[in-house]
Amino acid sequence: MTDLAHIRNFSIVAHIDHGKSTLADRLIQETGTVKDRDMKEQLLDSMDIERERGITIKANTVRIDYTADNGEHYVLNLIDTPGHVDFAYEVSRSMRAVEGSLLVVDSTQGVEAQTLANVYQAIEADHEIVPVLNKIDLPASDCDRVAEQIEDVIGIDATDAIQVSAKTGQGIHATLESIVTHLPAPKGNLDAPLKAMLVDSWYDAYLGVIVLVRIMDGTLKRGMRVKFMSNNTLHHVDRVGVFRPEMEMVDSLGPGEIGFLTASIKQVRDTRVGDTITNDRNGTEVALDGFKPAQPVVFCGLFPVDSSEFEDLRDAIDKLALNDASFSFEMETSAALGFGFRCGFLGLLHLEVIRDRIEREYDIELITTAPSVVYHIFMRDGAMTELHNPADMPDMTLVDHLEEPRIKATILVPDEYLGDVLKLCQDRRGIQEDLTYAGTRAMVVYDLPLNEVVFDFYDRLKSVTKGYASFDYHMTGYREDNLVKMSILVNDEPVDALSMMVHRDRAEMRGRAMCEKLKDLIPRHMFKIPIQAAIGGKVIARETLSALRKDVTAKCYGGDATRKRKLLDKQKAGKKKMRQFGKVDIPQEAFISALKMDG
Amino acid sequence: MTDDWQQGGFGLYVHWPFCQAKCPYCDFNSHVSSQIDQKIWVAAYLSELDRNAPDLSGRVLNTIFFGGGTPSLMEPETVAAVIEAARKHWPVSNDLEITLEANPGSVEAGRFSGYRDAGVNRISMGIQALNDNDLRRLGRIHSVAEARAAFDIARSCFDRVSFDLIYARQDQTLSDWTAELTEALSMAVDHLSLYQLTIEDGTAFGDRYARGKLRGLPEDETAADMYLSTQEICASHGLPAYEVSNHARPGSESRHNQIYWRYGDYLGIGPGAHGRLTINGQRYATETFRMPGEWVKAVNSGSGDALRTPLSTTEQAEEYMMMSMRLSQGLDIERYTKFSGSPINSHKLSQLVDLGMVEQDGAMLRATTTGRPVLNAILRELMVG
Ligand SMILES: Nc1nc2c(ncn2[C@@H]2O[C@H](COP(=O)(O)OP(=O)(O)O)[C@@H](O)[C@H]2O)c(=O)[nH]1
Ligand SMILES: C[S@@+](CC[C@H](N)C(=O)[O-])C[C@H]1O[C@@H](n2cnc3c(N)ncnc32)[C@H](O)[C@@H]1O
Ligand code: SF4
Ligand SMILES: [Mg+2]
Repeated sequence: MTDLAHIRNFSIVAHIDHGKSTLADRLIQETGTVKDRDMKEQLLDSMDIERERGITIKANTVRIDYTADNGEHYVLNLIDTPGHVDFAYEVSRSMRAVEGSLLVVDSTQGVEAQTLANVYQAIEADHEIVPVLNKIDLPASDCDRVAEQIEDVIGIDATDAIQVSAKTGQGIHATLESIVTHLPAPKGNLDAPLKAMLVDSWYDAYLGVIVLVRIMDGTLKRGMRVKFMSNNTLHHVDRVGVFRPEMEMVDSLGPGEIGFLTASIKQVRDTRVGDTITNDRNGTEVALDGFKPAQPVVFCGLFPVDSSEFEDLRDAIDKLALNDASFSFEMETSAALGFGFRCGFLGLLHLEVIRDRIEREYDIELITTAPSVVYHIFMRDGAMTELHNPADMPDMTLVDHLEEPRIKATILVPDEYLGDVLKLCQDRRGIQEDLTYAGTRAMVVYDLPLNEVVFDFYDRLKSVTKGYASFDYHMTGYREDNLVKMSILVNDEPVDALSMMVHRDRAEMRGRAMCEKLKDLIPRHMFKIPIQAAIGGKVIARETLSALRKDVTAKCYGGDATRKRKLLDKQKAGKKKMRQFGKVDIPQEAFISALKMDG
Repeated sequence: MTDDWQQGGFGLYVHWPFCQAKCPYCDFNSHVSSQIDQKIWVAAYLSELDRNAPDLSGRVLNTIFFGGGTPSLMEPETVAAVIEAARKHWPVSNDLEITLEANPGSVEAGRFSGYRDAGVNRISMGIQALNDNDLRRLGRIHSVAEARAAFDIARSCFDRVSFDLIYARQDQTLSDWTAELTEALSMAVDHLSLYQLTIEDGTAFGDRYARGKLRGLPEDETAADMYLSTQEICASHGLPAYEVSNHARPGSESRHNQIYWRYGDYLGIGPGAHGRLTINGQRYATETFRMPGEWVKAVNSGSGDALRTPLSTTEQAEEYMMMSMRLSQGLDIERYTKFSGSPINSHKLSQLVDLGMVEQDGAMLRATTTGRPVLNAILRELMVG
């Protein structure tokens, strides 16, 4: 146990790629927490997908021992938080477990949209903030300009900003000193009953559920019995430990400390993030303010390409859900795709991560249907229901009106691209709320419908600004609008998996775009295929895929029998990856690709 | 008990792997070599015949086909020795067909009478185009005048002469092609092989195509129109299609190639030759070593075979369907069902019939004139089941 005065708990906030993970690596290395020979890049990103995409998804924790210049020994607990908007809720709850933040800004780039979003969360959590200007080894580094920007845009003092190169190690020592001198020590009462915050939890195949905790008061000891206050469940603590970043067992954790416990808990669902953990008897009376659980905002159907793999898919989803309480699912049947699951996600990245993991770790090929947001349907009889799947849209005559979720989006962009960004937001039914300048960059704030953003807004933004814009958003609420269900008919048969909700004014445009896309995505058949978009019974767009005219091997002699059989076997395998809608085969990619808009 | 192959017959394929120059579109097993000791080749062919004969004893040989490469580079003596050995191993049918593929150069034409004396009774000439500009663009080393002269010599030596043309060439229009085809039909010919130019991977054309440098190829629509016009024009001249790319006056069809399409047995010798052989009731796919030197060496140490793979009944069903559906005669449903063990998916079948792609005529299933240009799509439907 460490006394409070010698503990510092902090997180690092940064825009993606500004060097958060690299800085964490350097801090770990400089303090000898991990031997040089065990050092691998991006130590805290443990999932393959995190390493590959260079993003942090789950919060990760490491305990660092540091002897400061004043000769005192300190314990530093770092919680590395995700940078992507989809996982903003993880950031906010991790922030509540620590007292300070390093604000990392790439000194060649300056403040970006996620810098803002994340730093505001740190400010909201009452953090002491130490600005760190990273990448000073690069020629384009401009610390003065970026420090000024931090003061102007964020409004915090940047005179003491530390100049760092997480790459060369320059400024790392100064950063460690600054953590000790500038960040406050945690507060807490050793003699009070146990009061610990449940920061996060995940499933481990060997140990069961691992619970990340921050001790506020009292002591957590191996062998004791604890109570989870939200549901009054009792647990016997079989292990207590810390991360370095590998797990290391300790006997107890005291006030201000961050570590983990295991208690033979079988499911992540049995633990509630933000819960208060205390002694089973004579515990604390007052629980901590809970966190509100993260709500899925994007839904889509996941179906196995090979329908015989449905049970395997169920298994995979069950296992993933054990570790990810923010991901929801229920069984779905589609006329065309058979059995699958309707799944809810925090955002599109979250969706992609889960889908990738099912395909890779469980080796199941998937068809992903059009992602949809959650609409509120107000029926004529006054009832309100949530619509997660456009296929479930009730008869319009029974519906009074519909509401859709809106977001507030903040975009920072060099001014030469401003026009393109405004056009994009306008095209997506955005309402401008603010436009200011920070140096040569504009900061635009838009109120946008989530359904216009969910799918490919970020890709489009990157492409119109050549990657120079940064983007962040949060949900603001629901608003009524003129929304309709658009169905897609292929060869006169409705394809439920392609139906979508659209704004009435945008329906023709989207319908036309969908039909054109599908015309390219569906291979030609032996007959011509009409592709139509319709609202109710009314066709609003139409394309015709002409019939296949020629597909025959010109020359085929004795020696070609083997070659031709192999070729046909390959084509047969290709055909298995398609889905039959009436007489038409639709390739699985079509379900997602058809939705991408070019304008 | 009769074996299935007997419904297709038994033929011998002899591969000659050398050419004077490599054509840029060609992915056949052909090599350019300046010194070829034909004695070595004769010995190797004969050794392969000796090796295979015991497994195939008692059969009647229906056809021999010298293919390539450019078999018209073979000495007539080489050809004679192979024919003689084959006749020694097997009794032959009364109407034994012996075809040799010839390039239409003047040197080759000089050997035609020698081939006739060796026993060849049918010539298939690779004329490819009837205009000099296109012949050059196809990388051919003969001219139209040479081709016509060679054709006249062939006509005087052989009762049966066929030639090959390639269409859908660069910058060729539909009317260019129909005019050229009509000209070809005016020559005294009883069999024509008319191939749409196929861009094959690993050829010079394939590389240029991949780099976007092979310009002027007709659009799919034009190529489809060319195919349909070809069917009509040939039929109206008395040479209807009996296979996807082959047209003949009734009775003049290539018997050897029909062994492939009717899924008979054939022994393939020479580098890269494939075979289908039924031995003790089991059908095998055979394949010899591809590189000429390697093949000769392998033969000298006992066997030219690189592969001899037993075919499952499912594989045989697929092969039989793929091959027989190319014929205007079509597929024998009962024979197919015997291989596959289950009937053709009746739902798929009736869909294809409704679309006018296939028709069923008693015991036979065949692609219609509408269906044949999209035969691969039909096969995909029927085979996925
Ligand atoms: N030149 C230079 N590159 C850096 C520095 N810090 C990080 N990087 C690079 O910037 C990229 C993004 O860094 P990373 O730590 O993954 O950023 P994160 O997304 O904030 O976690 C990586 O390619 C790093 O190697 C630095 O100080 N100097
Ligand atoms: C392998 S060649 C042998 C005959 C001879 N060597 C010749 O080229 O004249 C047989 C025939 O296949 C056809 N052929 C070869 N490659 C082709 C291609 N890429 N596309 C269409 N037909 C082709 C030609 O018509 C050729 O006559
Ligand atoms: S002559 Fe015939 S076999 Fe030889 S390369 Fe040309 S097309 Fe191929
Ligand atoms: Mg990172």
